[in-house]
Order: sequence, then structure tokens, then C-alpha cells
Amino acid sequence: MIALKAKKGQWVQIHKVVLNPEERAPQVPEDTKLVPLVMRVKGYLIDEEASVGDLVSIETVAGRKVVGRLIAIEPTYTHNFGKHVPVLAEIDREFSQLADSLNEGEEK
Amino acid sequence: MKDRSYRAVMARRNEIMKASVGIDYDRYRITDIAFDYERMMEEIGYTLEEVEKIQRETGVGNTPLIELKNITKLIRHISAPGKGARVFLKDEAANPSGSFKDRRASISVHKAKELGYKGVIAATSGNYGAAVASQASKRGLKCIVVQETFDSRGIGQPEILEKGRACEAYGAEVVQLSVGPELFYYFLLLLEETGFFNASLYTPYGIAGVETLGYELSKQCRSITGKDPDYVVVTHAGGGNLTGTARGLRKAGAHDTKVVGASVNLSGLHMASDKDFNRKSFTTGHTGFGIPFAVYPDRSDVPRNAARALRYMDKYLLVSQGEVFYVTEMIARREGMQRGPAGNTSLTAAISLARELPEDAIVVVQETEYTGAGKLPSAQLSFAIENGVEVLRGDPLALDKPGKRIVIPEKPEQIRARELPLDKLRKSYLKELAKRGHRELTAEDLEFISADLRLREDKIMEMFKEVLKNG
Repeated sequence: MIALKAKKGQWVQIHKVVLNPEERAPQVPEDTKLVPLVMRVKGYLIDEEASVGDLVSIETVAGRKVVGRLIAIEPTYTHNFGKHVPVLAEIDREFSQLADSLNEGEEK
Repeated sequence: MKDRSYRAVMARRNEIMKASVGIDYDRYRITDIAFDYERMMEEIGYTLEEVEKIQRETGVGNTPLIELKNITKLIRHISAPGKGARVFLKDEAANPSGSFKDRRASISVHKAKELGYKGVIAATSGNYGAAVASQASKRGLKCIVVQETFDSRGIGQPEILEKGRACEAYGAEVVQLSVGPELFYYFLLLLEETGFFNASLYTPYGIAGVETLGYELSKQCRSITGKDPDYVVVTHAGGGNLTGTARGLRKAGAHDTKVVGASVNLSGLHMASDKDFNRKSFTTGHTGFGIPFAVYPDRSDVPRNAARALRYMDKYLLVSQGEVFYVTEMIARREGMQRGPAGNTSLTAAISLARELPEDAIVVVQETEYTGAGKLPSAQLSFAIENGVEVLRGDPLALDKPGKRIVIPEKPEQIRARELPLDKLRKSYLKELAKRGHRELTAEDLEFISADLRLREDKIMEMFKEVLKNG
């Protein structure tokens, strides 16, 4: 169950547009110039209560107060070990076989 | 309130920098191009003994040097008779936060504490963030790490997400940004807002911290083998790892050891491109940093970069993403060591190099890093496939196409690093000067460039004239 509302003191994540497309640095390539520079940061909610999408204030672990749109309540890490990649399993098997043949060569 | 626009903040960069690193770079200035590098390193850095003492306080360094006997055996199996050098690995993953970056962070954070700063900030998407966070927590300072993390779809690179998680685990605030060089602008804003210390990778502190790595490995190699390494292979990105290691080797008296830089070849991908961002499987140790920082070191976040790779590099080898994945599996399966991507880049180059050397030669790979979620080949290849990159077996030398195709070797013989001639980099260095409006070189400039490029002054003049004429 995902909580719909965050309470004061809860660990949340916000985002904020830092530079709009027209404010971006001159040396930025064309594709990047079409999109804003966006920032995300996590911290403890300062507001009494807020929903995802609300403009809120947080206090970060370094003690900064930052204002932005609430995008996640108690955000989790989503990166992982990846899927099974057949090509890796194939290599691993080859290395095992290679090890066996090198060891046999030594025993002879 | 101060103007927070991009242009206004960039115009204030020098004053912000000066307040945040406690270094007056003007003291070392000779001309726009030249500065007194060695005096800066001596006056601002620490002696090797002082660095060792500071690092011992927080458990940094003294990592083991391990001979990769099974990999050496495999190399000899695929090499001409009498060829196949012994390969050793310095297991830097044994540092507190899991990489050699602890060495760099240890000195910067110590300095920040000594100067009375309340916290430190680092702009990095790499292991350096975790290293600064870890050292800051040991020394009781606050820490902010600014990362380039996600593209305009909001999708984060798994390796960078993992590095962000590690920073948070050590108590840092992680500021995640979308793709773009304006990360530096935001970094300046944060320095201004907090008054924290800029734990730049490129100050003399950041380099002095790595000197112990080169020094230690020379001592260890002598004690195990009775001699210094013939080659030390260093994964090259910003240049600090290579510079610090080479300086440490010299301090140990290992003057004959050749220093080889190794990077993953990502040519064709634009580093500031939103679309290219998630089409690469390596977030550092690649040519997207390695070449620009070698040919124009002072592009960094400090006015004068202490990391100057071309002063110390004897050879530059490029490897492909597929080869590094292959070698990452190899070291796990053959040596029982599962390690992260950075050290495996130099290991891949080392395997290629060792095949050409006699059996009594010694090659040292000078780092490893921790691995796990986000960093593993399985995580990166799954992500690459999701982002439309093709993964196949074949000869990387013939088929590799960064951003489009990752080619995993079919056999160990297909691990073949490509050498990028140093003269090509030297010429690019001079092109960078021309690009910045330099048309004449003074005697002081020539002396400085000669040391920076390890090239005779007459040769520099000849090359520079050619650059001005042909662009």
C-alpha cells in the first residue's frame, strides 16, 4: 500500500526545475537544450501534510531547506542486479571449461 | 539576493572557488597558460609521510597486491612461446568505501576539517562521492554530493544510482541532476549557499592522496618479486589516478616503470547529450572524460588542475565495453574476485599488454572497486538492452559501436587494446589552446607546455604552427 499523503518529518523526495530550456548553457547539445535541467533531492518533510505533486519544503540530511514538488514518499532504491543475461552465462561456462582444460594440461 | 542565473553564477566562479578550496591559485600563475605546478604541489600538498599518517587515521590505504596467477596462466596459453607477463592487482576495494577514491577524499576532508569548514561538497557521479561521504562521516563533517544521474525521461543510470545509494548510506545529501554540464553551475550555487569546502578531485590534496598508491605498490612489488613493475596500468578518466600514482612511483624511486593509461572507448557518444546518456554502460574511466581531461586539464572545477595526465602517461590504451564485461566475468571465475568496472578496464588493457611482453615482465593493475547492484555486468547489460543497445558475441575490434552495439569477445584472444598515439593527444592539447584564442606562445608558456606534454620546445612550436595553419 503506497501512502497517498506524507506527514511532517517523513522521508520524501522532491524535484525542481533548475534551468528552463531557454536558460541552459550555450555549449549544451541540441537534444539537451530541448529539455529543462531538473534536480531531485531527498529529505524530511517540513510541511504538516502533503500529497505527491504538492509544492513542499524539506530539510536534507546536510541541514539545507529546499522547496520543490513532492515526487515520492519514502522512496526506495530501484536499481538491482539486472536480469539473467544469456551471453554472460555463456561466457561463464566457457571460462569454467577453459579452466578445466588448462588444469588438465598441467597435470599431464 | 545574488543573481542566480547561469551567466551570473559562472561569472562569480573564481571568487566562489577561492572561498571554497582555501587555495589562492593566483600565487602560482605565470601566464594565462603557464603556472608553477611543482611549487603548487609542494606548498599546498602534503609530504608522502604526512599523507600516510592522515590516511592511517581513517583506515585508508595499505591494500594488498595480489598476483593473478590463473589469469597469467591463461595469458600464456594464448601468447607466443616465452611471452605472457605476470599480472598483479592492487585490491583497492579494500578501502573503507570500496575504492581508491578514499585516498583522495581522505586528504581533502582532513584539510576541510583543519580549515574549520562545517561540511564538504563534491561534484561526482563516481565512487568519489561515497569516498567523500565516508571520510566526512569519520571526521564529523556534513557532506553533499552532486551527481549527474538521470535523463529527461527521469531514468537513472544504474551504476550512478548505486553510487548515490552508497553516498546516502554514509550520511551524505545526494543532489541528483539531469544530464548537462550545468551541474557545475548548480555545484557553485551550493558552495555559495552552504559555505562548505569544495572537495574537488583536482586540487593538490586530491592528487597527494593517490601518491601513496603508487608508492605502496612499488614497495609491495619489490618485496614479492624483487623488482619494480615494468608497467603499471591505470584506468584513466580525469587524470588524478594516473598523476598521483605516477608521482608516488617516482617517490618510491621506480623511475623505469612505465605508466599506461587505459580507458573504455566511447567515441561517437556525446557526454552532454540527453539521448546518449543512457546508451553507455560505463559512467567513468572512459574516453569521454579521458581524452578531454588529458588535452585540456584546466577544464576542471578548480582554476589550475593538479591532475595532468600527459605529464606522466607513457602509453594510452583503449578497450571496448564488451571486452571489459568479458574480463569482469573472467576475474570472478578465474580468480574468485568479483570487482567493479573501473579496475577491470585497466585489467583488460593489462591482459592485452601482457601478451606482448616476456614471461619475466611484471604488469600491475593498480585498482579495483567494490561491485554489486547497478554495477554488475548483468545490471549494465540488462539496462543496455532495455535502452535499445544490441549485445552480441564477436570480435570487438571489428564490430564494437558505442551506443549501438556491445560486442563480447568469443575467446580471450580477442582481448586486444588499441593504442591511441600520445602525439595525437598532444596535438589536441595545442588545438585547445588555439581554440581559447592563443596565437603566440611566450618562453614561459613553452617551458610549461614542454613539461605538460613531455615534448621538446622546438617540436611544440612546429606542432603549434601546424595547428594554427590547419586547425
